[in-house]
Amino acid sequence: MTASGFQELAIAALLVVLAAFIPMLSDGYWLSIAVTAMMYIALSTSWVLFSGPTHYISLASGAFFGVGGYLVATGMSDYDLSFWLMAAAAPVVATILAALIGLATLRLSGVYFVIFTLGLAEMIRNIVSWVQNNFLGSRGLYVLTDFTEAHIYWMLLGITAAVYLLGWFVNRSRIGFALRIIGNDETVARHVGINTATPKVILFMTTGFFAALVGAVIAPRYSYIEPNQVFSPELSFLVVIMALLGGSGRLWGPVVGVIPFTLVWEFVAVQFPNQTTLFIGLVFLLIVYGLPHGVVGRLEQLAASVRERRNA
Amino acid sequence: MRYSGAVLSVRGATKRFGGLVAVDALDFDVAEHQVMGLIGPNGSGKTTMMNLISGALQPTAGSIALKGARISNLPAQEITRRGVGRTFQLVRLLPSMSVLENVIAGAVFGHRHRWGREAEDHAHRMLERVGLEAMAFAPISALTYIDQKRLELARVLAGDPELLLLDEWLAGLNPTELETGIELIHDLRGEGRTIILVEHVMDAIRSLCDNCVVMSSGKKIAEGNPADVLADREVVRAYLGDEDA
Ligand SMILES: Nc1ncnc2c1ncn2[C@@H]1O[C@H](COP(=O)(O)OP(=O)(O)O)[C@@H](O)[C@H]1O
Ligand SMILES: [Mg+2]
Repeated sequence: MTASGFQELAIAALLVVLAAFIPMLSDGYWLSIAVTAMMYIALSTSWVLFSGPTHYISLASGAFFGVGGYLVATGMSDYDLSFWLMAAAAPVVATILAALIGLATLRLSGVYFVIFTLGLAEMIRNIVSWVQNNFLGSRGLYVLTDFTEAHIYWMLLGITAAVYLLGWFVNRSRIGFALRIIGNDETVARHVGINTATPKVILFMTTGFFAALVGAVIAPRYSYIEPNQVFSPELSFLVVIMALLGGSGRLWGPVVGVIPFTLVWEFVAVQFPNQTTLFIGLVFLLIVYGLPHGVVGRLEQLAASVRERRNA
Repeated sequence: MRYSGAVLSVRGATKRFGGLVAVDALDFDVAEHQVMGLIGPNGSGKTTMMNLISGALQPTAGSIALKGARISNLPAQEITRRGVGRTFQLVRLLPSMSVLENVIAGAVFGHRHRWGREAEDHAHRMLERVGLEAMAFAPISALTYIDQKRLELARVLAGDPELLLLDEWLAGLNPTELETGIELIHDLRGEGRTIILVEHVMDAIRSLCDNCVVMSSGKKIAEGNPADVLADREVVRAYLGDEDA
């Protein structure tokens, strides 16, 4: 078990090194797709940290991502603060926000948690837009940096590696074990002595932290930012769908979902720009009816049945 | 509440569900190393009483103390950490985990903290204890009903409870399994554990319990040693229609 754990870590490290070379191989179109893919890999992997073991489906990614992008934009645009300062501050703000949301939703389960996180993300978007329009001037915000797409790509890759490494440690720690027990049966969790609130809120804060960091780092890509766009609820859905498509049972599941999804998504967005929502719906149906445990779950199922047949 | 020497003291414990009083001002004590039977017809409030002790539910009124310290206002995880372990009337396991992991779950967060190798070794010992060691690496789906019950017991024992609550642990077993089950509880009793046993199997009550509390419609209607209590007229009336009584 430990040996395979280190093997998994070594493979991940190798993939990170290989992925670091992508900007050397291509710029322009493919690099821009790679940036988008890396953004979703970071977001979905951090989403899986919390939602994978607990099965709590959070639709708050968009809110945290928005906090990251918006704070970077407003800090740089309105207050002349440095990108680095804002990129460091934004995740802290999002972490505090996540702690509040986490504490407020502790007693909610299943569909109530999903709806609450979605509603809350919408509320934050509306509040920020309202404040922006009424008090800060109703103009967009400029994020002007010297970063190239390659720089942004490498930063995102770094975040992804950090999320993965953290998840690897969490999976081998008491807190990770506690989360798995909570995901199985919360009543049992309490009766074996787990203070269920603590691990849930801590991991939810972690996903908030990373989503905001991603939002902050990707902001320079757009140069011009409007609160309404950066707090997009669509992003929350995409993160969930890509994570579930790959499989949320494993930390590396999302990678398997994000890459094909992003490629097809780019194609659909260019060829059928009005049909993107339909596409999301179709993928969702595919997951529910065909891949309840994602691509990774299906692969593991196949591997298990092959092993069984060999033993028989 | 003063420490009277009892491991558990229940005073005036009451639980209301809307208009229904499921547990009605119950008083009883459980002494150390004692096996106490909590019996009564279906719906008399036994499981609710267990839920009040384990912290799954908060009492509407009254108090429950463990070795003199009040636990009735604490959350379940805190009560577990103070040394109360329970099984559930409808067995609750962790379906996505292996048999061994299910037991480790009981060893890690209880009032003694174990982790890694130590937790694993401890879990293996508990599986041996309940006779399930051969299945350590099996998935939950491979277990028979009695093995599921054994596994749940192993998980609870892994937390070294000072007070063990068994809610109809023998229910649903076939005659051979029942014999094995009674023997297992007998061994626990032999180890000097303090146990509250909710049971319908009267043979088990007679052979295992030092003391009995009989409930009917949430109230205590009798208390004493099993032979006397089961001969009590009111108890017989409460159980009327039940062949065992
Ligand atoms: N969570 C609950 N909500 C409402 N009523 C309940 C609840 N739990 C138990 N009851 C009711 O309380 C009474 C006692 O139930 P229970 O404690 O399960 O009895 P027993 O274990 O003796 O069969 C029953 O009438 C049952 O329907
Ligand atoms: Mg019951």
